[in-house]
Parts: sequence; C-alpha cells; structure tokens
Amino acid sequence: MKTLFALARLTLTELYRRKDFYVLFILTAVVTLAAGSVNFFNDEKIIRYVKDLCLLLIWISTLLISVVTAARQIPAECEARTIFSLLAKPVTRGQVLLGKFLGCWLAVGLALLMFYAFFAIVTGSHEHRWPLGGYLQAIWLQWVMLGIVIAMSLLGSIHFAAPSSTSTICFVLVAGIVVVGPHLNTVALQQPQPLQAITYTVYFLIPHLEWFDVRDRLVYDWASPAWQDIALASVYGAAYAGVFLLLAWLGFRRKSLNPG
Amino acid sequence: MNASPRLFLALVLTICVTLATSLAPRATAWSSRVQSDTVLGMLFGDGRKLFASQFFTMADVYFHSGYYPGIFDRKGKEIHIEEATHDSAGGEAEEMGDFRGPPRDWIEAFGRRFLISEHRHLQHGDEREILPWLKLAADLDPQMIDTYTVGSYWLRQHLRQPLQAEAFLREGLRNNPASYEILFELGRLYQENLEDPDRARNVWELALRRWLQQPPEAQKENRLGYEEITLHLARLEEKSGNWADALRWLQAAQTMSPAPENLQRQIDALREKLADPASGLLPWTPY
Repeated sequence: MKTLFALARLTLTELYRRKDFYVLFILTAVVTLAAGSVNFFNDEKIIRYVKDLCLLLIWISTLLISVVTAARQIPAECEARTIFSLLAKPVTRGQVLLGKFLGCWLAVGLALLMFYAFFAIVTGSHEHRWPLGGYLQAIWLQWVMLGIVIAMSLLGSIHFAAPSSTSTICFVLVAGIVVVGPHLNTVALQQPQPLQAITYTVYFLIPHLEWFDVRDRLVYDWASPAWQDIALASVYGAAYAGVFLLLAWLGFRRKSLNPG
Repeated sequence: MNASPRLFLALVLTICVTLATSLAPRATAWSSRVQSDTVLGMLFGDGRKLFASQFFTMADVYFHSGYYPGIFDRKGKEIHIEEATHDSAGGEAEEMGDFRGPPRDWIEAFGRRFLISEHRHLQHGDEREILPWLKLAADLDPQMIDTYTVGSYWLRQHLRQPLQAEAFLREGLRNNPASYEILFELGRLYQENLEDPDRARNVWELALRRWLQQPPEAQKENRLGYEEITLHLARLEEKSGNWADALRWLQAAQTMSPAPENLQRQIDALREKLADPASGLLPWTPY
C-alpha cells in the first residue's frame, strides 16, 4: 500500500503544478457568479438556474480534469523515459497502474470537494440552508463515477497512440453513455433483429454512468436517494472500475515502454 | 492568366465587400420581424429561436420540478405552464401521470431510484424559478408571444408582481405591436390585478381590433382568441352595470363559441334583466 500511495502522491503533486484545475475552477466561479448577479424581474430569491448551471459546470470541469489527467499519466512517463527509473525500483507494472489510478482519483476527489464547497457557499448564501447530506451523496456518487471514467481513460491510454486521442474518445464515450445509454433499451425495441440483440447487449455492457448523476435532486430540492441504493451503485461503479483496470493491466503488462 | 494571387485576393475581397454593402439593407428589409439589438441576438443570429424554444421548455421542466418527459419517453411533451394561462384549461395544469411506464429491466428499475419519480408543481412562490428561462426565451426570440403572456400570468397571478408583469407585457408589445394576445393579457392584468376597468376595456377593445386585422385564415385558426376577448369584455360591462353592452359582447362571443347554447342562457338572463326595470339596472351609456 505504501508503494501505491507514494505513486499516488506523485500524481497529486502533478495536479497541483498543472493549471487545469485552477483555470476550470476560476471559469466555473466566474460564470456562476455572473449568472447569479443577473436580475430577473427584481426577484432576488431566484436561485435554481444558478444551481443548475453551477452543477453542470462542475460536471464538465471534473470530467475534463479526470480524463485529461488520467489519459496522459502512462504516455507521459514513457515519453520522458521516467517509467524506466520507476520500474527499476521494486515496483510492478500493476502497482504503477494502480498508483496512477489512485492518484488521479484522489486528485479529482480534492477538486470535487473544492467545487462543491464553492457551490454550497453560493447556494447557501441565497437559500440560507445547507443540505449537507445531499451534497455528500452527490459528491460521493460523482466521485465513484469519475473513478470509472479514470479507469476507462487509463485503459485507453494503454491502447491509443496519444493522450489527445484517448481524451477525445473517452469524452465521446462518456457523453454517449450519459445521454443515450439509459435509453438504449427503448431504442433496441424499435430495431429489427439482429440489431436489436446487439443494441441490448451494448445496453447491458456499458457502465450506466447516469445513475451517479443526482444533480436534478439538488436543483429541484428533492429528497436524497436511499443510502443502500448509493452503496449498491458504489459497488457497481467499483466493479466497472476494476474491470477497466484489469483490462488496462493486461495491456500494460505486455506493452513496449519505448516511446513511439 | 498570370495574375498575381494578391491581386486576385484583393479582387475577391472587393467583390465581397461590394455585395455585402448592397445586400445587407435588402436582407434586413426581407425580414418582416423587428431586428434584435441584444448581445444574444447578435451572437446567435436566427439560430437563437431554437434556443428560445428550448428555454421556454426549460421553464416548463422547472415548473414540474424536473419530472419531465424527454425525447425517448413514452408520453410526449405538453407545455403546461402555457395551458395554465387559459381559462378553458381549468386554470390548473393537468396531471402528467407516469410517462415512463413500468421499467423494462433491472438496470432501468435501479436507475429510477436516482431519478426524480414524482410529479410536483412549483408552488408557494417557487414559481419564480421559471422566470429566468422565460426572460431568456424572450431575449432570444422577441417575437415568441407565448413567452410574454405566460411570464405575465405567473408574475401577476402567483407572484403578486403586477407591475413587473406589465413591464414585461409592454416589452412584448413593443416587439409585437400587432399581437392581440399580449393586449388581451394586458387587459386581464388591468382588470384582475390593478382593478382598472377603464384601461382594461380600452386595451381589450384594441385587442379585438388587432384580432380583426388578421387575415381570414388566421382568424379562422384563432377563434378562441376572439371568444376570450369578447367574453371578458362582456363580464367587464356586466360588472360595470352596462347590461346592453354586456349583451352585445356576449352575442359577439356566441358567433365564435364552440358551445353557443351555454352563452345563449347567459344572453337570455341578461335580456330578462334588461326588460325588468326593477332589477337595479344602471342606465346604459355608450362609450
């Protein structure tokens, strides 16, 4: 575990040094505050559109940070040839992969905490109430979802040539899963065979990331989901992240580490 | 042809600028709509109308507290914030029911535990949350008349802000001077919220003139508008004691009503009052 956390700390340090998080955080803050300062019909109590916008920006920003950070981990180590000095130590390739995953996941978790702290301050100052339980659930679910995305990006980074292509493919996949994924069963029923069977198989194979999106519950002030449902979703997320990491490890085990 | 590429580029640029200066005023004249001078209008061009429609729908999504059918759901979309503004819809929006139907598999069943699965309308002042979307929709498409009438309805009826409603309607009227719908809503604001029957009467009469100025095809399609205006005028005159005028407006409404027999009963009742001098009838004065 010590080795894993040492590797994870390296990734965390990298996130501090890079400007991705700061730029996205400032952009989210500026857009949210600008939206919140708009006066609609002299009514200062209007807040839901600000919550909606802020949560959307948080989702996009953290997704960007996760995908881009995870996609460049292994290729950057190979490109700079630091992977050789890393593997010269008593560290296996599996531990490197797990350490990278853990580092990215923790880094994104920290970023999420910062984003949600800002969100809570902005909404709390308007609504004068602090539904911390709901916020914690939303943070946890989003963090689990980002864990799946990070594992998916690491898998992509093993197989695709450049971090840019990995990032692009991951974004398209995640957007497709979130927007169309939940409705693939409906789409499947309208298709002839064998397309129906193929679509249904895809529906059952993809990780259903939309489960982890409880933004609407926060925006419209609905009660939080039950904790046992959150636990089940977490197990589901952990299973998918595990599968992606396993596939990434299988690829990384035999991968040539020379750049190009 | 050994023309220098720079010369050729300069020639093409000159042609472009000449064409642009010549076509721009004509293109403006082709569009019968009022030109938008807002930042959003300039940014999106005519494409902003697509966003306007989407934002209008967002107001409805907010009204239903997020419980709203998407393009994949079994029951189609019906805009309820708009229905609520018509008397004929019974005032309150009808229930949506379970538009998703029973879940088809365990993934869908489990996924619904994280979705909003109950129908709840905004109430107790929370209706204000739909207003930003309506304002944005109006900014993006100033010719979308429903935005103004719906916005005004919620402002005056549920949020007790008749002056804001009036300002919003006036803005709509500036952008759509020929709209009888906005004038009708303005009349309702004067009559029901500001209790100014004289202004309500003037505005409704103007609304009726605007309705009559429409082409015959449009009149045929908007018979409800005529009926609503004349019925409201009849009620206003009846309340003011101008029985003969009320009778005249009821008879006018009857010509366009889908249920003229219901109006006939009201007309008969008014005729009885007119014939009976002991009914407390005020002397009728034409205006």
